[in-house]
Amino acid sequence: MTTESSIAQSREADIREEQAHEAAENSKFGFIVFLLSETVIFLSFFAGYIVYKTTIPDWYPPGVSGLDTKDPQFNTIILVSSSFVIYVAERYLHDKKLWGFRFFLLATMAMGGYFLYGQAIEWSNLSFGFTSGIFGGLFYLLTGFHGLHVFTGILLQTIMLGRSFIPGNYDSGYFGVEATSLFWHFVDVIWIILYVLIYVWQ
Amino acid sequence: MTNAPTEAIDVARQQPYPGAPDNWKRFFTFSTDHKVIGIQYIVTAFVFFLIGGLLSMIMRGELVTPEANLVDRTIYNALFTMHGSIMLFLWTFPVLVGISNYLVPLMIGARDMAFPRLNAVSFWLIPVVGILMLASFLVPGGPSQSGWWAYPPVSLQNPTGNLINGQVLWILAIAISGVSSIMGGVNFVTTIFRMRAPGMTWFRTPAFVWSVLAAQLIQLYGLPALTAGAVMLLLDLTVGTSFFAPERGGNPVLYQHFFWFYSHPAVYVMVLPVFGIFSEVFPVYARKPLFGYRVVAVSSVLITVVSATVWVHHMFASGTPGWMRMLFMFTTMLVAVPTGVKVFAWVATIWGGKLRLNTAMLFAMGGLVNFVFAGITGVMLGSVPIDIHVNNTYFVVAHFHYVIYGAIVFGIYAGLYHWFPKMTGRMYYEGLGKVHFALTLAGTWLCFLPMHFSGLMGMPRRVSSYDPEFALWNVLASLGGFLLGMSTLPFILNMVSSWIQGEKAPNNPWKAIGLEWLTTSPPPVENFEEIPTVISPPYGYGRNEPLIENQSEAVPADGVTT
Repeated sequence: MTTESSIAQSREADIREEQAHEAAENSKFGFIVFLLSETVIFLSFFAGYIVYKTTIPDWYPPGVSGLDTKDPQFNTIILVSSSFVIYVAERYLHDKKLWGFRFFLLATMAMGGYFLYGQAIEWSNLSFGFTSGIFGGLFYLLTGFHGLHVFTGILLQTIMLGRSFIPGNYDSGYFGVEATSLFWHFVDVIWIILYVLIYVWQ
Repeated sequence: MTNAPTEAIDVARQQPYPGAPDNWKRFFTFSTDHKVIGIQYIVTAFVFFLIGGLLSMIMRGELVTPEANLVDRTIYNALFTMHGSIMLFLWTFPVLVGISNYLVPLMIGARDMAFPRLNAVSFWLIPVVGILMLASFLVPGGPSQSGWWAYPPVSLQNPTGNLINGQVLWILAIAISGVSSIMGGVNFVTTIFRMRAPGMTWFRTPAFVWSVLAAQLIQLYGLPALTAGAVMLLLDLTVGTSFFAPERGGNPVLYQHFFWFYSHPAVYVMVLPVFGIFSEVFPVYARKPLFGYRVVAVSSVLITVVSATVWVHHMFASGTPGWMRMLFMFTTMLVAVPTGVKVFAWVATIWGGKLRLNTAMLFAMGGLVNFVFAGITGVMLGSVPIDIHVNNTYFVVAHFHYVIYGAIVFGIYAGLYHWFPKMTGRMYYEGLGKVHFALTLAGTWLCFLPMHFSGLMGMPRRVSSYDPEFALWNVLASLGGFLLGMSTLPFILNMVSSWIQGEKAPNNPWKAIGLEWLTTSPPPVENFEEIPTVISPPYGYGRNEPLIENQSEAVPADGVTT
């Protein structure tokens, strides 16, 4: 009887695990599809930016000759490097080394936070606003929409960090962490395009 | 050896959650069962169909006489704006998503959609969209008056000066409907890619599933562009940015690009599932395999690709340069190739078949004829010289109503009749169904055919008064419109009374081939007692081969029972 029920129990556990695995794979697939769709929103904004930039003669608002790239350059380096840091965090989790995971995840969050802080400083020093012509609108729309994504990424990382303190939470799978990491890489790639469009192509 | 734990799982499968109601009340709960959600979508959409239809009745009432005497111009503008918006975003999309929601997991042998809770959230956003749309009738200044396309600078006007006005509510409603559709798109694409039953290879997947996949891919690449445009429009309207406002240096034509990049392919989001319905209905009632099944399946995906390259044909008269007009005229005509392939495949399927002309088949055949007619005027409109001539006339209205009503609504009715026994476990009344078909067909042609003539004569669209020379065509169109309004009554009567007291339906009343017909009517909570293993392609009519392993009830080669 005990053997039978233990066999049955392990069979049930097998079914459950298989279903959980399927569900995680589906979630990953679905999340990638979602990110591709989100990419199109950014691409649409970029397309709008390129159209206006190439057709409007007075591109910058009066009194503005261009953007200072020194601080944004540093910000970019920080954000792009954080993509590698979160990758390291994921590797630590893969090897079941929770403290390493937490440390590098926290480092990613710090770098993302620094990026947002740097952007806030930059915004406060600019002499034009959201309604200063097409350029002003597009600048704040693009950087703001991207900043919102950085903020969402940090929020996701905070949740993942919190969940690492629940015993056994990441034992069988960690789709949430993979999704957070994917999202962070996505936010990074978008920023690189955005940086080239706004800061390099002046 | 006991198998108690799997039994426990089986029992759990019978209920979506502990204590879930098993009667009609479940349609009013936050159910995660794709079948309940599907019916929730269909019924909700139908309510909005009636509201949108009522608005068009008022418009046709106004247009009976050349003078504007029933409603004033502002109200008329609001009427056609809300009629279009409600019919597209609250009727056609949701009802097709509902039918797809109900059928796709059943057809591919899955227990549910990939993300059941997300699916429920997608649905419950639709009533929110509806409330926002309808609430705009109550705010000062009334609903949006800039048409369903919301072109700036008209859509940027805000005479009341309020932050909450009809236009803002309209944009918010569209945005929420977009969120719902993107979540739905992710869900459908994941479900179709990853949850097909064992043995169901791509070329064993029903054409309906292919067409839903193609339609949902369009949602995923197209909707974000509309969302981007809507965000910029909302900022222009509320914050005072200048993306599309010409007086502040903005470019209103850019909005048209964003808008049509989604909104032209959107017609394929609506018509592709209908093509899928045709592909399922014709083989069943003609007792023949779907002609060129693989080509039909692949052509859906081709439409998805080509439809991304045609949007500028809506802007031939918007100052578009000549070379661009030529380019987009070419791509527009190109869409006729994969759609033509489908039409020929359906005709070849019907050809020489042993036809059963019940209501579903009648609606499918009527829809096919209407669609061919709509396709011809579509190719006419796609050519630059004709488009320039009839731009902004009733010819355009006639064309897209043949597409939307003639093909899509007919297809929706065909699908609803065809799968009604599966969905409800009851048979519908064939006689009433045929009355419904006759009235709808007569109403459609009487209402929309005259618009071609008034349009060619030069009657502009979006007007509440017109030159008396167009009077005859408008009286005919209005009569047809009222007939169409009446034609929904036998449908409602049929569906409601059949569901309550219709004859009990067998599992496979039409002797059709397909996974959905191999389960009970209506299907149990997780669809199948055991996930079937598919061993042959669909539509094996006349081939007498089983569709799945251990098939208990094989479909006879020419299983005509009625």
